[in-house]
Amino acid sequence: MNTNAETGSGVDPRARDPEIPQPADMPPLVETVGLTRDYPGIRALDNVSLDLRAGEVHILFGENGAGKSTLISMLAGANQPTSGEIRFNGRHVALNSVHEARALGISAVFQEFSLIPQMTVAENLFLGAEHTRLGLLRAKEQRAKAQEILSGLDFHIDPDRTVDHLTRAEQQMVEIAKAFRSDLAVLILDEPTASLTNHETDQLFKVIETLKQRRVAILYITHRMAEIREIGDRITVLRDGRHIDTVDAGTTSEDDLVRLMTGRVVGQIFPEITFTPGETVLQVDDLRTGDGGVDGVSLTARRGEIVGIAGLVGSGKSRFGQACFGATDLASGTIAFKGEQVAGASTRAMLDKGMLYLPADRHTDGLMLMRSARENITLAALDAAPIRRSLFLDRKAENTLADGLAERLNLSPRRLERLAEHFSGGNQQKLMLARSLTRDFDLIIFDEPTVGVDVGTRAAIYRFIAELCANGAAIILISSDLPEILHLTNRAYVFYRGRIQAELEGEAITEANVLSHFFEKEAA
Amino acid sequence: MMGSPAEAMKPKTGDLADLPKKLFVKLGILPFLLVIAIIVFAAMSDNFLTVRNLTNVLRQSVYLTIVAMGQMFALLTGGFDLSVGTVVALSSVVGAMVMAGTYAAMPDVVWLAIVLGCLAGIVAGGLVGVCNGVGVAFFNVSPFMMSLGMTSVGFGAALFLTGGVPVYGMPQTFGDVFGFGSLLGIHTPIYGALIIAVVLHVVLYRTPFGRHFYAVGGNIKAARLSGVNTRATLFWTYVISAGMAAVAGMLLAARLDTGEANIGTSMPLQSIAACVIAGVSLRGGVGRLENVILGALFIGLVENGMNLARIESYLQTVVLGLLLIIAVIADQLRLKYVASLKD
Repeated sequence: MNTNAETGSGVDPRARDPEIPQPADMPPLVETVGLTRDYPGIRALDNVSLDLRAGEVHILFGENGAGKSTLISMLAGANQPTSGEIRFNGRHVALNSVHEARALGISAVFQEFSLIPQMTVAENLFLGAEHTRLGLLRAKEQRAKAQEILSGLDFHIDPDRTVDHLTRAEQQMVEIAKAFRSDLAVLILDEPTASLTNHETDQLFKVIETLKQRRVAILYITHRMAEIREIGDRITVLRDGRHIDTVDAGTTSEDDLVRLMTGRVVGQIFPEITFTPGETVLQVDDLRTGDGGVDGVSLTARRGEIVGIAGLVGSGKSRFGQACFGATDLASGTIAFKGEQVAGASTRAMLDKGMLYLPADRHTDGLMLMRSARENITLAALDAAPIRRSLFLDRKAENTLADGLAERLNLSPRRLERLAEHFSGGNQQKLMLARSLTRDFDLIIFDEPTVGVDVGTRAAIYRFIAELCANGAAIILISSDLPEILHLTNRAYVFYRGRIQAELEGEAITEANVLSHFFEKEAA
Repeated sequence: MMGSPAEAMKPKTGDLADLPKKLFVKLGILPFLLVIAIIVFAAMSDNFLTVRNLTNVLRQSVYLTIVAMGQMFALLTGGFDLSVGTVVALSSVVGAMVMAGTYAAMPDVVWLAIVLGCLAGIVAGGLVGVCNGVGVAFFNVSPFMMSLGMTSVGFGAALFLTGGVPVYGMPQTFGDVFGFGSLLGIHTPIYGALIIAVVLHVVLYRTPFGRHFYAVGGNIKAARLSGVNTRATLFWTYVISAGMAAVAGMLLAARLDTGEANIGTSMPLQSIAACVIAGVSLRGGVGRLENVILGALFIGLVENGMNLARIESYLQTVVLGLLLIIAVIADQLRLKYVASLKD
């Protein structure tokens, strides 16, 4: 049986790695065949076939929205394919729930934690698989077992502590430990190191090494080249929901990977922008937020430029955007907007002065899902002309404005009374972005404007941002997507733990330069 | 599940089969319940479908309608107001006491007594709303606890003020005009409800202020990031809700010719039921004023029908509770259908 016929032109490590004994006729542990998943208006995963072998670390690599999350959610049983099948030990299996996947030994650790904050570590570890006798909980036994799992992984966490009181890194460890409560055959890790320190990362890699020796197959999602080199055996590259290639981690260069990942001349998605920086619109000095998320940031933004803010999840870059907009309590520092001191002003006052912040998470912070497209577009402009006329709403003006913007942003379908929740992700994003055009803004802060958005829409959003900039607005672009920072901004700040680690300008904004500041100085 | 290929082949019949489902998705459970109620009660009593009886229903439902319109604001913003019953009682008691006192002191100026009494009653009821609003908007107390606590406070205050006895002594004119009066053959309380409905409709659908209630219920974080003053909106939600209940309390006092601490006890359940049956979402952000009015009228209609059919009053509460639960289940079903039909 030739698995490579299905997985593309991958190199089979069995052929060259004598350390992994594997009879040639032995089927891969897990195999997907023509896996496809459709969502309304979008094909998230298109005919993907890959195989996962016992004892290997298989890296899943691709841009945001390439289909990685969709793929692993189906392997973990959290989601079902529209067509195609999953094989486990050569047999077709239907994974209808996370429970069924767990029963086979397939466990996933998602970026979003599935922990109950009010419960203890031990209770969380055995949630849904509690140790009981005659229907009664055996708390002591459960606690001992939890301790055993944690020590086995060399995680120093007290099983009696409440999850609420753990750091994010510790919660991550609990989440990983959860996968070990039953026999493990396949472990899926979705960017597990995103919130871990170097020491914790090393510890995790040691665990992964042990697991490999125990013949556990590991599917690992990461964007970090260093990690790929350190632990990866094979790499599967996804792009736009399709399987591009499966390659050997040891012999594939970084450049090749990036080419496979983006697969296109970069100019095609990113517009040409000529920057003509004008007067300073925003001047922030030594800003600190009440929760410590932003810890002494000074930054400027001028008209006609796009200022990038890069950094890891939790580096305080989102929090900074919200703080400028008056959505977060400030501890100290000043914010001057168009020469006026505005620290401590309400979001409403900031809107009236001409600043807008568009949040990263459109579902929790951005949209009213059960309201119409029209109401979502005009939400931030109800208190200004042309929609507001003295005390009243001018509903005709509102319709005209919303319809014009829907046409301009190519909303599909262009039906203003359709509920926001019935639009596809990309079109929902357009509903939110349209708010930046409902009034004249001098500064617009985009927080992850292309999360979960397909490539076509993404290109449209980039053109749209460039246009706003060309019309004289100042733009701050907060993004975890490195190419966005590299290709759209003329100046960029790199955040690390609530502080600015570096300011880069023009030609100096390169992948290597930005990445080197993502972590602590000594790591660079 | 319907055979979708067959539907695609014969769109005509498919549309027909889908019609009740589509109507249900678009209009909610209320039209279906209304039709069923009218058919059932018309069959049970000859007097049900007469102009006189239906006018009666309209008149009797006025108080619930006004309270339900206020309750709708609380539901729209994702909360609810359990204290509306207490507000009805407290305002009727305070209003009656002030009115009776003023009238006794100055029997010549009847209208001064009426105006002062009404003002006092509405302010007293409104104060409960102010407390609710401050608690929910500024101290993040859950609407459930806040309005439940205020229910006890208001009820206790009303009992304390009256010693548990009804308050008499309001001028005759008050009852004559606001309780039993009529203009062009239509009772005055109906005018009151009509004026309130028009004003609230304008506020909700023609002003940014009204849109803010939907925005806060739709997504409070998004509303805040879009410059909506969410605290002020929540505060006014409970003031409006209590204000409506207070107006209903004064109208009820005029009708009963007395202020009592025990009136309005059924209001919290009935007003929430009226809203939910009318399709107001308990999750907030969804609901139309005109449907809420219909919902309140429907409850009045059912009560009236059951009276005519000589169903015992104890059993009537059973029916009302069941209707409420059916409405909530229907709402869930509807959400499922909405997802499957999409447009």
